Order: sequence, then C-alpha cells, then structure tokens
Amino acid sequence: MLDTMFFYMFALLAVAGAILTITMRSAVHCAISLIASLAGVAGLYLLQKAEFLFAVQLVLYIGGIMVLFLFVIMLVNLDSAAKERQFHRRWAGGAVAAVLAGASALWLLSKGAPSFGSPVAQAAPSPDGNVEQLADLLFRQYLVPFELASLLLLVAIVGSVLMAKKRTS
Amino acid sequence: MLHPITINHYLVLSVVLLAIGVIGMLVRRNVVVMMMSVELILNAVNVNLIAFSKHLQDLSGQIFAIFVVVVAVAEAAIGLGILIALFRNKETVQVDEIDLLKW
Repeated sequence: MLDTMFFYMFALLAVAGAILTITMRSAVHCAISLIASLAGVAGLYLLQKAEFLFAVQLVLYIGGIMVLFLFVIMLVNLDSAAKERQFHRRWAGGAVAAVLAGASALWLLSKGAPSFGSPVAQAAPSPDGNVEQLADLLFRQYLVPFELASLLLLVAIVGSVLMAKKRTS
Repeated sequence: MLHPITINHYLVLSVVLLAIGVIGMLVRRNVVVMMMSVELILNAVNVNLIAFSKHLQDLSGQIFAIFVVVVAVAEAAIGLGILIALFRNKETVQVDEIDLLKW
C-alpha cells in the first residue's frame, strides 16, 4: 500500500521533470527539471531495494553529471539561445514519430506482459547487503568488463581535455 | 483501490521516459538540451534493468545498470568537450546553424 503510493509519487516526479526538461526555454531551467526527474528515478531504485544504484544516482548523476552540465551552460552563455526559437521548424514530424514508437512499444508490452511470469520468490535473505552482493558479483564474474570500463573512463578524460583545450599554434 | 506494483508499472514508466527523451532529442534545437534528453533515455533503460533485476531476483541487472551509468558519464564528458570546442569555433549551440557538412 505504502509502496504503491511511493511508486506513483516518484513516477510522477520523474515524468513531470522529464516533460519540463524538454519544454523549458532556459537551459538552466531544463537542467534543474532534469535533476528533479533523476531524483524521482533514484527514489524508484530505492523502492526496488537497489541501494547502491540509489547512491550512485544521487552522487554521480545529480552531483557529478548535472553539475558538469550547469558548468558548461554557464561557460557557453546560452542567454542569446534562450531568446531564439526553441524547436526545429519541422518539430511536429519528429514528435509524432517518437510518440508512435512509444505507443507501439506499449502495445508490444501489453501483448507480451503474460510471458514475464510471476515474480521469482526471494531466496533466503542473505546476511550481506545489496552493496556487498554487488561487489561480489562485480569483482568476480564481471571483473574484465569492470577493468574495460575504467579504461573507457580514462579515454574519456583524455579525450575531453584534448577537445576542450585551446589550440595554441 | 490501489493495486500492488508489478513489473508492468515500471516498464510502462520506462517507455514513457524513453519516448519523452526521444521527443526531446528530435524536437529541440539546443545541443545542451539534446544531451540532457540522451541522459533521460539512458535513465529509462536503467529503470527497465532494475525492474527486471528485482523481478527475476538476479543482481546482474544492477551490474548492467552500473555500466550504463559509466558509459553515460563518459558520453557526457566527451559530448560537453565537443560542445565547448564547437562553441569556440561557431559561436552557436543551435544544431540547425551547424551545417558545415551540408552541401
């Protein structure tokens, strides 16, 4: 009962924030709406007992990526852009196509929903918490992807520094 | 009156978030807002992964979600670096004014 209420609350926050993100005029307002949407999704993670991802969402997404976005917004000075037209000239076509794609996905979902089956019953509650279990899995079964991810982040750091650097020649 | 939450609720929410993200991607002219729409799309995917992780009692879904977040971070860093370089050269962030390759 309480779960249901919290689900609708967080889902409403996520969807409303997402809609405001794509409709607001000023890029700073868009970023703040996106933060609200991400916080709603973080609440949904907590409802599904994914505590580690909840923390990652708050610290990395809201604390990291969104601050980076706000930083860039201030750096590139979007005041003039906010006064211009916000949508493409043929925006209706894109919106209709996306809505159709979403509607077909919903239709497929309603057709395929029975095949998901009933939820798997929880095994005997493990003494380890979510974070310990994830660490176990990440450092045993998924060790190689984990190392590859760190390599990807290294490439991203070098690439973004190189890209944003002033050319002095 | 209130039904218990099943996986279908989460999947419908995920589709809605994904559709909103795609609409933002296709409709807006501002590059920064388009990149925010990409973040929305990636978040929709994560909602899906976590929902199935709970449904099947398999933590691999959460591991995948962590990797999605890592890729999102890398994408944001690179994308914003490109954006700064672009703004320095073209003095605009509107995608339809960036038409160097248009014939």
